[in-house]
Amino acid sequence: MNNLNSMPELPILNDQPTGRRSFLKACGATLGLAAWATALRPLTEWTEDLNVDEFLQKHYRELTADQKQAVFKRLEAETKENYGADVHITDSQPIPGVQFAYALNLSICIGCRKCAEACHIENNHDRTTNNSYIRVFEMQMGGIDFEKGNATYDHPVPQPGKFYMPVQCQQCENPPCVTACPIEATWQEDDGIVVVDYNWCIGCRYCEAACPYHARRFNWEKPEIPAEEINPQQGYLSNRIRPQGVMEKCTFCLHRTREGRMPACLEACPTGARVFGNVLDPDSEIRWVIENKRTFVLKEELGTKPRFYYFFDE
Amino acid sequence: MTSTPAAAAAPGIQRDAIRSYPGFLWKALGVATNGTWLFYGWMTLLTAIALVGANAWAVQVRDGMIVTNMSDHVSWGLYIANFTFCVGLAAGGVMMVIPAYLYDDEEMHGLVIIGEAVAVAAIIMSTLSVVVDLGRPDRFWHLIPGIGKFNWPMSMLTWDIIVLNGYLVINLHIVGYLLYMKYLGRKPNPNWYVPFVFLSIIWAISIHTVTAFLYCGLGGRPFWNTSLLAPRFLASAFVSGPAFILLVLRVLRMTTGWQWSPRPAQTLIQIIRVAMSINLLMLASELFTLFYTGSGHAAAARYLFFGSHGANGLVAWIWTAIALNLIGTVLFFQPAALERSWLRIAACLCCIVGIWIEKGMGLVIPGFIPSTLHEVVEYAPSMTEWKITTGILAFGLLVLTLLVKLIAAVELKQISQPKGSGTTEAQA
Repeated sequence: MNNLNSMPELPILNDQPTGRRSFLKACGATLGLAAWATALRPLTEWTEDLNVDEFLQKHYRELTADQKQAVFKRLEAETKENYGADVHITDSQPIPGVQFAYALNLSICIGCRKCAEACHIENNHDRTTNNSYIRVFEMQMGGIDFEKGNATYDHPVPQPGKFYMPVQCQQCENPPCVTACPIEATWQEDDGIVVVDYNWCIGCRYCEAACPYHARRFNWEKPEIPAEEINPQQGYLSNRIRPQGVMEKCTFCLHRTREGRMPACLEACPTGARVFGNVLDPDSEIRWVIENKRTFVLKEELGTKPRFYYFFDE
Repeated sequence: MTSTPAAAAAPGIQRDAIRSYPGFLWKALGVATNGTWLFYGWMTLLTAIALVGANAWAVQVRDGMIVTNMSDHVSWGLYIANFTFCVGLAAGGVMMVIPAYLYDDEEMHGLVIIGEAVAVAAIIMSTLSVVVDLGRPDRFWHLIPGIGKFNWPMSMLTWDIIVLNGYLVINLHIVGYLLYMKYLGRKPNPNWYVPFVFLSIIWAISIHTVTAFLYCGLGGRPFWNTSLLAPRFLASAFVSGPAFILLVLRVLRMTTGWQWSPRPAQTLIQIIRVAMSINLLMLASELFTLFYTGSGHAAAARYLFFGSHGANGLVAWIWTAIALNLIGTVLFFQPAALERSWLRIAACLCCIVGIWIEKGMGLVIPGFIPSTLHEVVEYAPSMTEWKITTGILAFGLLVLTLLVKLIAAVELKQISQPKGSGTTEAQA
């Protein structure tokens, strides 16, 4: 065994002088290969749901108009097949001269979480996890200290001595999540909204680690939604049903706001705490709030420059 | 290249070298599939563990990452913890290269190839640890520069992909070239490997620095956002790497006839003594800054060391790590550690496990607890995560075993180019 020079042939194939050992090795090798095939079999069950077009699909920003249409058609057909719902996927573009911003009046927010619920429905979130892009924190009066906050409260609101602080994507002007992404699967659009190409994301979750506001969510499994609950008006970059294993985030409901409507969370707010609009429009309400109220942004010291402002009335 | 006869002979020698290569690979395959019953048992065991891991991964890809215990609060877990540790292991291999090439330590020269083999196996393990962390491994090609979209130079992850793959290629080249020349019985041409050796020294520093930058570049995670992270990573890597190499050398000396003097191992231990002292000093410095100022930045450290809000999932881990690191350091400073003692093995194991915890779970998880909005959601790896992680470790050890076995076979002249038969051999 110590001198292999006397055996130029590979011992597995050489019958002499180690026939029995070679036979055993050949059996072992065959068994080994079979074991690997068996171990990896779940992969073949998974790839049955995939197709070549999806695998080869280019980055959103490199698709031609025709290719986009083909992709939308395919996604609509897949939604029909997987979820049994007829949906329409659109591709609203940023409006020139528009920069969106959001403001929230903490004096009148009562913590009812209607915004989070509206987000859940509008954006076709997974029903089992009750996911939403908005987390509402019940905060202790006397400061803005998240360490004393609670996002999982379960009692009537508003409570005395508390105020309520909904947090969602701040649509930073300097977004750390976009810098972090290794494959440009997430980027900032011309109207300031940070979007994700759900068909390009590889699911490394570096953006989720980079975000200082806990604004990003990962699809830990395939989202479950009953056909009758699916919102059929879907944007490719916003509320279409996301695939398993990719990131997602708030898009200021771009499929609505770019068409002149308000975000679903704003429409659902019973107290009118939310203000949304185009900051470049001098007559807009959002502009008035920013110019006349003592507004603040979350974690200003990080230099992320949020487009989401908080303010108090008194 | 001043000697003309050598230059004239070079094309002929090169042709021979290319022709003999299939024969070398053939014999290498022979070495990989022949051995004692202990060897077969070891390889079968590793294969079995790797199979369990592969199956768990296939299920994870099919059913989604829901089978892990990660969440939107703690979005990285055991996989990325192991990734970080393995990068350190790979970088630690350079601590044989520096004495051998910068300080011309002759005896280290003969063994430095083992350090490079450890680096190759460790890089494979760290790459696999990232691959299993991807939600969509089918879209892997999006990461390939030119075909996909590579967010370079902005994303630190793209830098990491470049330096890790570069380090793998450099080390494969050095190991492969030196091994093949030894097989041919020829003196290696320094032009073909010495520049790469010096490149690998800088590159080893870079892989762990860039890996630290992955974390410390994130302003939203105060626990990671410290300029001391990269130096700490390097100091601990220069302990865990040499300690692991010491274990490999011990196994090699016990299972093959390859013998060497105690000096190379003693050099490694001197390096460990210095690196571990620096590592502990930096840890103390970090803890002082965190706890004495008592700012909000200390929240993660408080959770890690003492628990907070009734959550204390990492407390046992980190104190085990601190204890092991301290015990390991004390053991390494014993004179007996310079001898071929069991004390040395114990010291290596203490430091490896201690650093694995400190730099793995002890670093990655507190970055997420409390979350960026100060929610405390705990994490402990699921069975799937343990299976996959152990599978990767088994696969890495499998690669390392084969590499080291081949190196030993060439070193001990169990396989070599038959004299004067460069061309006939290829036809055999």
